[in-house]
Amino acid sequence: MRSTVGAVPSSRAASPPPPAPPRRRRSYRLGRWDLSYSPYLYIAPFFVLFGIFGLFPVLYTAYVSLFDYELLSGTKEFAGLENYRELMADAQFWNAAYNTVGIFILSTVPQLVVALIIANLLNRQMRARTLLRMGILIPNITSVAAVGIIFALIFADRYGLINWLLGTVGVDPIAWRDNRYASWFAVAFMVDWRWTGYNALIYLGAMQAIPKDLYESAALDGASAWRQFWAITVPLIRPTILFTVIISTIGGFQIFTEPLMYGFGLVRGGADHQFQTLAMYIYERTFTGNAEYGYGSAMSWLLFMMIIIFALINFALVRRSVKGEQK
Amino acid sequence: MTTAQTLPRSVAPPPPAPRRRRRTPGVQLWQASPLTYLALIIGCVLSIFPIIWSFIIASRDNSAVYEMPPSPGDQLFTNIDRMLANEDASFVYGLVNSAVVSSVVTISVIFFSSLAGFAFAKLRFRGSNALLLLIILTMMVPTQLGVIPLYLMMVDLGWTGTLQAVIVPFLVQGFGVFMMRQYAMAAISDELIEAARLDGCSTWRIYWNVVLPALRPAAAVLGLLTFMQTWNEFLWPFIVLTPDTPTVQYSLKILSSGPYQTDYVALFAGTALATLPLLAVFIIFGRQIIGGIMEGAVKS
Repeated sequence: MRSTVGAVPSSRAASPPPPAPPRRRRSYRLGRWDLSYSPYLYIAPFFVLFGIFGLFPVLYTAYVSLFDYELLSGTKEFAGLENYRELMADAQFWNAAYNTVGIFILSTVPQLVVALIIANLLNRQMRARTLLRMGILIPNITSVAAVGIIFALIFADRYGLINWLLGTVGVDPIAWRDNRYASWFAVAFMVDWRWTGYNALIYLGAMQAIPKDLYESAALDGASAWRQFWAITVPLIRPTILFTVIISTIGGFQIFTEPLMYGFGLVRGGADHQFQTLAMYIYERTFTGNAEYGYGSAMSWLLFMMIIIFALINFALVRRSVKGEQK
Repeated sequence: MTTAQTLPRSVAPPPPAPRRRRRTPGVQLWQASPLTYLALIIGCVLSIFPIIWSFIIASRDNSAVYEMPPSPGDQLFTNIDRMLANEDASFVYGLVNSAVVSSVVTISVIFFSSLAGFAFAKLRFRGSNALLLLIILTMMVPTQLGVIPLYLMMVDLGWTGTLQAVIVPFLVQGFGVFMMRQYAMAAISDELIEAARLDGCSTWRIYWNVVLPALRPAAAVLGLLTFMQTWNEFLWPFIVLTPDTPTVQYSLKILSSGPYQTDYVALFAGTALATLPLLAVFIIFGRQIIGGIMEGAVKS
């Protein structure tokens, strides 16, 4: 296929211009069309496919959320804001929101801070560079489902690895599932484990673009390595930090698989829903039991709003605490 | 659709050609101290240990799952056999399905991304800047929140329980378009395009014969990232597929719950088998994957 395609243009170029005028005219027109309109054809597939399968469903969620729409009872009627009213009084929804925010904070803050430190360590002349970077990144290639299964056993209550380690130093075993905050920690730990190295490499990439002479002149002025890190490195990679914060917020609030697998594949997230996240609760109401599409959509839409609000808050927080170099 | 969760992360916008800068020896700053090595090695051990430990569990007998300290057993193949014999989990079928789905999605993403990336980088058309911005913004859409209408759509199409349900919604990626555009800007000169035009090449032919070959390095990285991400996808396949047509992650879910929950060693044999293909890819192409992620950071 490739060779035939390749042969066409050269033969065309070599042959004299077509004698018949109508033909030439057609190819001329085709050429103009090709120049000014074909670019739209090339980008169209993205917009069409993303529009249908990405954007439309998200927006349509808002519409579905206005309906009393259940599969099992067969109802589908307009209900206005009734689902939202019901949500406000739904204790399990607020519980899930509480868990989601808690796990989000526990998983994002350490993750990005440690990633920054690792990136700074990697940002120097060293042996076995690629090997160390690969070692740091390896958790990211394991699947979330596998991570959940593996850590469910590492954090097992009675015979888990962590409790065994704690036992060797004389600490009492921790109830990693029954205790709400312990379960948050375990779930957040999985996220941290899987994503820290990845973010470290993103930061490292940004750090390596910083011109070296900035550090040289700072060193001449007697700035310590620590001071250089805070005064030069961090401000200069601020756009990247903001980017990772936003992306982590969007991803972190939708956390589903880790707590699901941690709870042995059950969406209830522990006996008292102590680690059930919003995504899990949405799943529980929408794809099990009565299949309440309207109610689930209302929750999805509220989660969407929460993501936007928290993304903005986090953006402002980080922008304020990390001073940029340009004023 | 976990795209929103995984994709943009794997995805910081890549830069044109900071490679040159990076390669100059002057960029390297300090010599790493022994303490630096020590800290990094500890980090690596913490990263790798859970994976090795899961392989160790997979090689043990069920009665020895909790035995400490972790040392390998000799039951690996027995466990794999028993896991594969589990008809409810249809693990082999799941592996095949995942391979098919990941391959098709990868090829499609590379094709559409390079096509659109080329258009944005090298062709002039009205509104191109605004449209590019729109594509960057799509990376911020939490598409996972649209699963309910998307699921209803699949029901209407009659696609639930079929592989196209987990393929078609993922055929394009905003990140891929942006990455290809950045690479094309740096790697392909305008003169080359002009020369091809003077030779009478149509735009399509320029794409196919000139641009696509030049984009190969970036396409490879995009392909690797897309393949791994699709392979690891969980939520959407879990919603729209059925246990009769699982992906490998779905098979793991079946193995980890219900009556099989207690057969830990078989379950861990499953996670090991599900992880090994990606581990192989990572060991072979680790350098490129790391390069792709790092370059993604520079110009965001």
